[in-house]
Amino acid sequence: MISVSPAALLFRLRALIVLIALVAAFAAMSPAFLTGGNLTILVKHVAINAILAVGMTFVILAGGIDLSVGSVAGLAAIIAGGLIHSGLVLRSFGVVVYFHTWLVIVAAILGGVLVGAINGLLVSQLRVAPFIATLGSLYVARGTALLISNGATFPNLDGKPELGNTGFPALGAGALLGIPAPIWLMLLFAAAGMFLAERTPFGRRVYAVGGNQRAAELSGVRVKRIQCATYIISGGCAATVGLIIAAQLDAAHPATGETFELNAIAAVVLGGTSLMGGRGGVGGTIIGAFVIGVLADGLILMGVSEFWQIVIKGLVIVLAVVLDQMQQRYSRRAGAAWRS
Amino acid sequence: MTPPDVVLEARGVSLRYPGTLALDNVTFRLPRGKVSALIGENGAGKSTLVKILAGIAQPTAGSLYLDGRKIAMRSVRDADAHRIGIIHQELNLCPNLSVAENICLARELTVRGVLDKRRQDDLARRLLARLEHPIDPRTPVGDLPLGQQQIVEIVKALARDVRVLMMDEPTSALSAAEIAVLFRIIRDLTARGVAIVYISHRLQELLEIADSVSVLRDGRMVAEADSGAVDIRWIVERMTGRPAGAAPLPQAGRTGPELLRVERLSLTAANGRPLLRDVALHLRSGEVLGVYGLMGAGRTELLECLMGLHPEAAGSVWLDSKNLAGLDTAARIAAGLAMVPEDRQASGIVQSLSVLANMTLAGLDRFARGPWLSPSAEMRAAAAKVSELRIKTSGLRHNIGSLSGGNQQKVALARCLLTEPRVLLLDEPTRGVDVGAKSEIHSIVRHLASAGMAIMVVSSELEEVRCTADRILVMSRGAVTGEFPATGTADDALASAASIAAKETA
Repeated sequence: MISVSPAALLFRLRALIVLIALVAAFAAMSPAFLTGGNLTILVKHVAINAILAVGMTFVILAGGIDLSVGSVAGLAAIIAGGLIHSGLVLRSFGVVVYFHTWLVIVAAILGGVLVGAINGLLVSQLRVAPFIATLGSLYVARGTALLISNGATFPNLDGKPELGNTGFPALGAGALLGIPAPIWLMLLFAAAGMFLAERTPFGRRVYAVGGNQRAAELSGVRVKRIQCATYIISGGCAATVGLIIAAQLDAAHPATGETFELNAIAAVVLGGTSLMGGRGGVGGTIIGAFVIGVLADGLILMGVSEFWQIVIKGLVIVLAVVLDQMQQRYSRRAGAAWRS
Repeated sequence: MTPPDVVLEARGVSLRYPGTLALDNVTFRLPRGKVSALIGENGAGKSTLVKILAGIAQPTAGSLYLDGRKIAMRSVRDADAHRIGIIHQELNLCPNLSVAENICLARELTVRGVLDKRRQDDLARRLLARLEHPIDPRTPVGDLPLGQQQIVEIVKALARDVRVLMMDEPTSALSAAEIAVLFRIIRDLTARGVAIVYISHRLQELLEIADSVSVLRDGRMVAEADSGAVDIRWIVERMTGRPAGAAPLPQAGRTGPELLRVERLSLTAANGRPLLRDVALHLRSGEVLGVYGLMGAGRTELLECLMGLHPEAAGSVWLDSKNLAGLDTAARIAAGLAMVPEDRQASGIVQSLSVLANMTLAGLDRFARGPWLSPSAEMRAAAAKVSELRIKTSGLRHNIGSLSGGNQQKVALARCLLTEPRVLLLDEPTRGVDVGAKSEIHSIVRHLASAGMAIMVVSSELEEVRCTADRILVMSRGAVTGEFPATGTADDALASAASIAAKETA
């Protein structure tokens, strides 16, 4: 390993340092910040964005972008809500089928995976620009969610014991060892994402595709499959988020997840992943999601106006990217010495 | 030597990067109206020195003098104001803009703030005529062949009316005829008093055009001489710091059974232009086949077809009597083919990854234990290749960009070798690589062949095919136009097979 000067190391870890500084500052300024109740609420909020952002990280690392995640979350929520609330109506047979809760969850996640697969095929096979392909599915998925529920909310997702579909709200409100289910899910997704990115051939190939698609292809990487897989991962993550939200609210609303794609992208970028692809990682994304969450929570506790919160969030995102550019220029210069 | 009339001088410049001294107290003078050649292996500091002279990098010690007055250059704009220009090795053109728009970029001709396209076109046409290249100034640059793009790049510098012009490998994309034109332009410029810095790996051509030769090694200026007083041997010795005379190449071993067979391979471009016409060839184990041809002969397309990048190609390819039809690149690599592509930056390496990740990319599955990658297995395999190919790196986990061109090329080669190929395809394996690394790569090729690998070396350098291949295939306009044994064939026989047929089929 190279010996890194302490200053360079601090600079590289800046997202984590910013996070710690934010926590320390808010803790000092507001006694309510570091209470167990507040922290639980904070992390539960972060969990939603973090799970979306883990999937988004893979898409962005491979050089793409996924604008459809918020809509996919909404679609998954409506699929689950609809199946629990009104079942699957098979008109030609004159029956209504109710599924077991686990099957409902699987169906909703498959819905997200399907949208992801369509995104992936559009991008890899039909060569539609990722921005456009996923912008299209943003609308289609949201519209489909509205069509399924006819614009209405499916309330009360507790299910009925005689139908065998109870227990869904536990996904949002349940807890294990005193830690709420969404936080467990976040930890699970973060760990799985990190391992997938850092420790598997698939992960390495994602980085290679984002870094230099042609070099990857000539090295025998099946570029299209990798691209497709990243959108599928993202779709699956988004569907999970939709389920968590529906479970937390004990109701499925077709507007679930609106504009969440922007928060997810912001977390990825704050975490140091390059929008050009090939650089970054899941660990940084989780830190990025926490920075956004802590900032929002802390500013609310401080009584900062909601409008100022939006301005501050925007400034923080831009500042993060500026710092990122500075670091890359620095490391390129250090590299240039060898290359000259 | 009478004291020359120096335009630009770098006096005692040093440039220290964290961890390295890229330039160490270098003094370099550019006399008015002379061509000063700057030579050195990759990593010797040539590009760094040129960057300082062009305002792209700033020295940490020492200073620049223009006409004897000390100047500070903080940016390319400053250099521009001093009328110091640079032509980069990689072309800096906007393919979407026209020739004239590229030439006038950032100093557009206007009438009261509105673009004056006609005057721009006229200026471009005049300058292009001076270079004997009457390209239509309204053509989008992206539509031009590479050689003409290089000409546009040169015109762009001329339009700035420079007094100092730096040329970094200006001929790497040019044909012999285009090089002759370039040399006439250089002489024309020097006659007008322009001082020229000329960097090239092609030593013969360099001695032809340069007035003086300066050799850098490890960031220090180790030798300077009038070019008339030196020869290639002298230069190579100063560059490498060891006596010349390439190590004798290992004798060709006995060739084994046929491994690769290509029959009636044809490929047509989207616009209907034939890229490959009925190409047939065979390659035996232990044999090196040289494929020689000029730019556009279809050599790269041939290799791309072999790797499965053009599924629409007609004809058949057998590897070890297995038909490869319908297999994609990954399946062909699994079958025993591997390729080091021509353009290192665009298709060879992944800039954002480490040396290690670049090296193991193609053979990743070999380093997986179940679903996980084994970092130790990766490290072991990569470290073995580092010592086997003598790759100079400060650390496997460092970014690939920290390596010199020659060492990056060796990493690309190592990546192929880690898939344990039986047939290795090398496209211009030493382009943009210094002399030392070049001969090393050549001897690696011979060693691999003597160990039984079948190797194809595609090159536009006669010398390269000559000193590596057992047998030489010449291509022109997408067709094989000749086959020769490597020994006992005159250069001009090869050259004419590469060009006469081109005219016939034109």
